[in-house]
Amino acid sequence: MNKVVNNVEEALKGIQDGMTLMLGGFGLCGIPENSIAQLVKMGIKDLTCISNNAGVDDFGLGLLLQQRQIKKMVSSYVGENAEFERQMLSGELEVDLIPQGSLAERCRAGGAGIPAFFTPAGYGTEVAEGKEVRIFNGKPHILETALTADFSIVKAWKGDTEGNLVFKGTARNFNPMMAMAGRITIAEVEELVPAGELDPNFIHTPGIFIQRIFKGEKFEKRIEQRTVRQRN
Amino acid sequence: MALDKNGIAKRIAQELKDGWYVNLGIGIPTLVANYIPEGIEVEFQSENGILGMGPFPFEGEEDPDLINAGKQTITARKGAVYFDSATSFAMIRGQHVQLTVLGAMEVSQEGDIANWKIPGKMVKGMGGAMDLVASADNIIVAMMHANKAGESKILKKCTLPLTGVGCVKKIVSDLAVLEVKDGKFHLIERAPGVSVEVIVSLTEGDLVVPDFVPEMEI
Repeated sequence: MNKVVNNVEEALKGIQDGMTLMLGGFGLCGIPENSIAQLVKMGIKDLTCISNNAGVDDFGLGLLLQQRQIKKMVSSYVGENAEFERQMLSGELEVDLIPQGSLAERCRAGGAGIPAFFTPAGYGTEVAEGKEVRIFNGKPHILETALTADFSIVKAWKGDTEGNLVFKGTARNFNPMMAMAGRITIAEVEELVPAGELDPNFIHTPGIFIQRIFKGEKFEKRIEQRTVRQRN
Repeated sequence: MALDKNGIAKRIAQELKDGWYVNLGIGIPTLVANYIPEGIEVEFQSENGILGMGPFPFEGEEDPDLINAGKQTITARKGAVYFDSATSFAMIRGQHVQLTVLGAMEVSQEGDIANWKIPGKMVKGMGGAMDLVASADNIIVAMMHANKAGESKILKKCTLPLTGVGCVKKIVSDLAVLEVKDGKFHLIERAPGVSVEVIVSLTEGDLVVPDFVPEMEI
């Protein structure tokens, strides 16, 4: 089944104001940067974005924040973004902060047909407010519900025409779960190959979760914290 | 003399045991990797999706697709493995990771920890901290005993929004090693040259002090 679209414009067709999007990535690692640039260009507004982080001021989701295109962020950590903090403290931006493991599992659950699950994370904290608590094995757990999105946008290293994906290094992070949880999932890849070229034994995300795939025009892959050691 | 950050990391490294999988938080905990005792092998897990994390890369060899949870460029050791975030937290919640080391703004004598939010001032998010503290059997907190104004951060009750309840069992601060049990802090060791009196005066929570408190050997 050929999932290939020609370019980012075609890939993002149908995304409208007010929709909920999932965007893969951890920090700036493994983010769908071509699609984010296109969302800025399209000027779509009032978005709810589910993404572990919110980019930095001038890259990643920070670009959408700058243009005030995001109404609500659902994330686990947003510390690298001054504009984000400003919009949140001034009340312009709604923010739902979720423990990282719960965020990952809520996306996975959304894609896996599990409506909710119990987790110990957040019990006894403000995250647990208003949530059902149950004791399992003598330990309190809170009920967390699944997340889904109108569109999920993920970034992979390699993909084939069937939508099968392979990720590289720690750029995998949230991408596989978010791919599962989108009603329509768009994959942007660095390398797009014909079906049959990827070894089926080593595919990370099966193409059934992907509706559209395209080769990204360019990947800047900005490094957030460049840390090195000296050669002796 | 009070320990510096590296001193705290060095003392915590003495707690490592051969064969352990260890998750190190951002800040002082990251430094623990520099002081692994000789003759033991541990593997570091970073919750963004790597097991077998190695040192920082040499200049020019940074890979944007290879970072740790602090978004720093890293390397992978032989035998390392990458995985997605759900699998990563399955390792954490499922208690497959033997030790978690993380920082704290406050710890209470009940073992509660606060490290993610200062209302009205700092709202960065909890990242993976709530999942880590809720699940890990073995948590060591690396922290300063008091803030710059000399106010204790080792308290009867936390004042900041909590990250987890009843989860901290051990603290290594710049002044002391403390155990947390039965609703009290227990003084186990003191930093070289730091008196018991100084530790007592900078510990707001209930502190049990034995007759003899050995100095840390670092």
